Amino acid sequence: MIQLTVNGKSRQFDGDPDMPLLWFLRDELQLTGTKFGCGMGLCGACTVHVNGAAARSCLTPMSAAAGTKITTIEGLAPKGEHPLQKAWKACNVPQCGYCQSGQIMQAAAMLKRKPKPSDHDIDSEMQGNICRCGTYQRIREAIKQAAGAKA
Amino acid sequence: MSAVIQSSRRGFLGQMFSAGALVIGAPLISNIAQAQQAATSGDAKIWQPSVYLGIEPDGTVKIVAHRSEMGTGARTCLPMIVADELEADWSRVQIVQALGDVKYGSQNTDGSCSVRDFYDAMRGAGAAARTMLEHAAAGKWGVAEEECQGRNHFVVHAKSGRKMSYGELVPLTSAATAPDQNAVRFKTPKEFRYIGTDIPSVDLNDLVTGKGIFGIDATMPGMVYASIERPPVMGATLKSLDDSDAKLVKGVTQVVSLDLAKPPYEFKALGGAAVIADNSWAALQGRKKLKADWDLGANAAYDSAAYRMQMLDTAKKPGRVARETGNVDAEFAKGGKILEASYYTPMLAHAPMEPPAAVAEFKNGKVVTWAATQNPQAVQDTVAKALGIAGTDVTCHVTLLGGGFGRKSKPDYIAEAALLSRQVGKPVKIVWSREDDVHFDYFHSPAGMYIKAAVDDKGHPSAWLQRSVFPPIAMQNNPDEQYGGFQLGMGWTDIPYPLANLRVENGPAKAHVRIGWLRSVSNVYHAFGVQSFTDELAASAGRDRVEYLLELIGPARVIDFAKEGLKQSGPADPRFPFDTARLRNVIDLVAQKSGWANKKPGGGRALGIAAHRSFLTYVAAVAEVVVKPGGEVTIPRVDIAIDAGRIINPDRVKAQFEGASVFGTSIALMGEITAAGGRIQQSNFNGYPVARMNQAPLMTNVYIVNSDAAPAGVGEPGVPPIAPAICNAIFAATGKRIRDLPVKKQLS
Repeated sequence: MIQLTVNGKSRQFDGDPDMPLLWFLRDELQLTGTKFGCGMGLCGACTVHVNGAAARSCLTPMSAAAGTKITTIEGLAPKGEHPLQKAWKACNVPQCGYCQSGQIMQAAAMLKRKPKPSDHDIDSEMQGNICRCGTYQRIREAIKQAAGAKA
Repeated sequence: MSAVIQSSRRGFLGQMFSAGALVIGAPLISNIAQAQQAATSGDAKIWQPSVYLGIEPDGTVKIVAHRSEMGTGARTCLPMIVADELEADWSRVQIVQALGDVKYGSQNTDGSCSVRDFYDAMRGAGAAARTMLEHAAAGKWGVAEEECQGRNHFVVHAKSGRKMSYGELVPLTSAATAPDQNAVRFKTPKEFRYIGTDIPSVDLNDLVTGKGIFGIDATMPGMVYASIERPPVMGATLKSLDDSDAKLVKGVTQVVSLDLAKPPYEFKALGGAAVIADNSWAALQGRKKLKADWDLGANAAYDSAAYRMQMLDTAKKPGRVARETGNVDAEFAKGGKILEASYYTPMLAHAPMEPPAAVAEFKNGKVVTWAATQNPQAVQDTVAKALGIAGTDVTCHVTLLGGGFGRKSKPDYIAEAALLSRQVGKPVKIVWSREDDVHFDYFHSPAGMYIKAAVDDKGHPSAWLQRSVFPPIAMQNNPDEQYGGFQLGMGWTDIPYPLANLRVENGPAKAHVRIGWLRSVSNVYHAFGVQSFTDELAASAGRDRVEYLLELIGPARVIDFAKEGLKQSGPADPRFPFDTARLRNVIDLVAQKSGWANKKPGGGRALGIAAHRSFLTYVAAVAEVVVKPGGEVTIPRVDIAIDAGRIINPDRVKAQFEGASVFGTSIALMGEITAAGGRIQQSNFNGYPVARMNQAPLMTNVYIVNSDAAPAGVGEPGVPPIAPAICNAIFAATGKRIRDLPVKKQLS
């Protein structure tokens, strides 16, 4: 039996320990804000926080998630009012919106480590997250706005 | 004839609206061809109500979004138009997503036409409802109807200062007859409250909090998950299947077979062997353990590299003439200066971030599905045909779409879910991996083009011949079709230069994979060919590209394509003439905004321009590229000027063009699907890269021409000029002409 904490709640899993965290979140907990995009850690749509750090849940087996604290987009901020979520809305970032949970989770982990990211920081931290609609320039704008708002 | 039909309050909309709601249906006469047909045939069916809005007794206005939301903003922008004419308070509007149903008119969210085709209808729906409320208020107060005006959720009578809320008026509308079309009062553009403003997406909050429900998120009680092993080559047949290992995977419950699709492939489920499991992971794992042995069939000979050579060869031979003026052969024979070039663009996959996704249940002879689909009526038709039931027995709920780009208007994956549900007796969630998405796409066709011009001493073309060759979308219905048909009208036969001697041709190409439309369709390669060759002519003449492009387009004119040699043309839509003044204008605008006149190329940095009209919208783009010594291309800036007629939501339109700039960059620099032995060689974002943040243009500036013209498309027309603008800039920066896409390592 694998035990872990998801968005502050204790959870248990007794299935295939090789199953990626992504499918546990989506299929078993119905936390569908975390998205499937590639299954290989290539697109970032499945990004969550594992013990506070951004991780690709499609590559994180349940065995490795044992005992960790997981945060998903649903648990990022109590009322969905994380500075990044506010900035995302102010900049009208999403188009289809599918990748945006992963983008926001990736950016949130970055801001914890680098509260004032440079353009280069943003590019290098965010290049693992694909947006096929092409919202990158607004993502960059929103991150800068949120970084400013935090100061 | 009444233009507006008041629906039964307890009719089929009963579930959407409470019994006391005022429900309005409005005619959907926006398609000119339909309107003309109606005028000539007197067909009463054309007046069927198919757009609905309802006002609840508490004043809540419910507006039905009948088109799909895949990121373009259709779910917000169409209701904005209704709410504007209705004079509704936007904060009291609820959006209700429509089921698939022919009563709404076309729901095929494709071809950049949601606003274009439904602007008038949405205005009609809103204005008719407001007129009815004004009528009811006038009756209540005993005053002239003309003195009553809908104003932000109230009808007001200015003379007496009285006002009643829309909610209060709902019970009074029962006696109100639907206004005649001529009695409906429309607002003037000056009175618009929402049209032309940046109202955020109605889904914005859900999308930043993970609450939006996409097709992949939809669930049905008791559902199981399925992953299908499909024929690896189009037309392959299954020789044998060993599913013993698959069945050993924990969570796998059964393996079932689906009949293999036979041509024509249409939107049919491809068939194969399906692993059924109690979660997505088990289905995917079980699938990997299947041992399927296929007879690959004739398409195993398909090799995209050889096919490329074949298409380029075909493009050098006479093809079918689609448009002709003067005599290009006589001009070429004069022996003056001749320029010629061949261009190639590869297959592309749509790769929406959400792979095809749906859940479906077959029960008691009927199907209910929740699907990420651009075309719920095609879902009804396709599922019905697959299961041998009536289309009206298929209920299609439309979820949000995690990108579409044309892929999700082909509902093969939803037919799979429905067929499997019938077999297993439970609702089935169909799980497409990214590998499935890339392997079993309806691919954007590869294209070979050949263009030849004779140029006079000023460098102007005195004769122009162009041929394109590509496997057509029509293969879906006729696998032997080799000619382009309607696709030739996408940037090829509509070349806007007034050439005395012009011949436009199309050569044959047979499809060996499923071909489908991808954002901007044939405009992608045709704009690349024409705008690259235009740049080549300008370069040969040593001319400024903007000046030369404007000279080729010539003095402002409305093009009469039939007079200019077009062989076959459909009925022209009088709202959308091809007005080259508007094309010239966006070129002038983008040149000015990009600082074209003051550009100083050097150090691997330069600007390039391209202009193209598609989906009735005029677009010009200037790309700034930097080519590093190792050949790596970066794009610091793209400027795009557009004239799309009246704009409903400028911010959402800008977003579409910002996105098109990135989508076009993927096409220009890295997008390529290849096949060997009939199999697609890429499978995920490693082999099929798309632009990431560090590869996308750092900044795309969008300039919208203020226009009262009929609204045109915005989802697609931004894409076609991007690749030629980038490649023309690369030429300016390096002297290297890119004639094959993608650029990839050609500069290293």
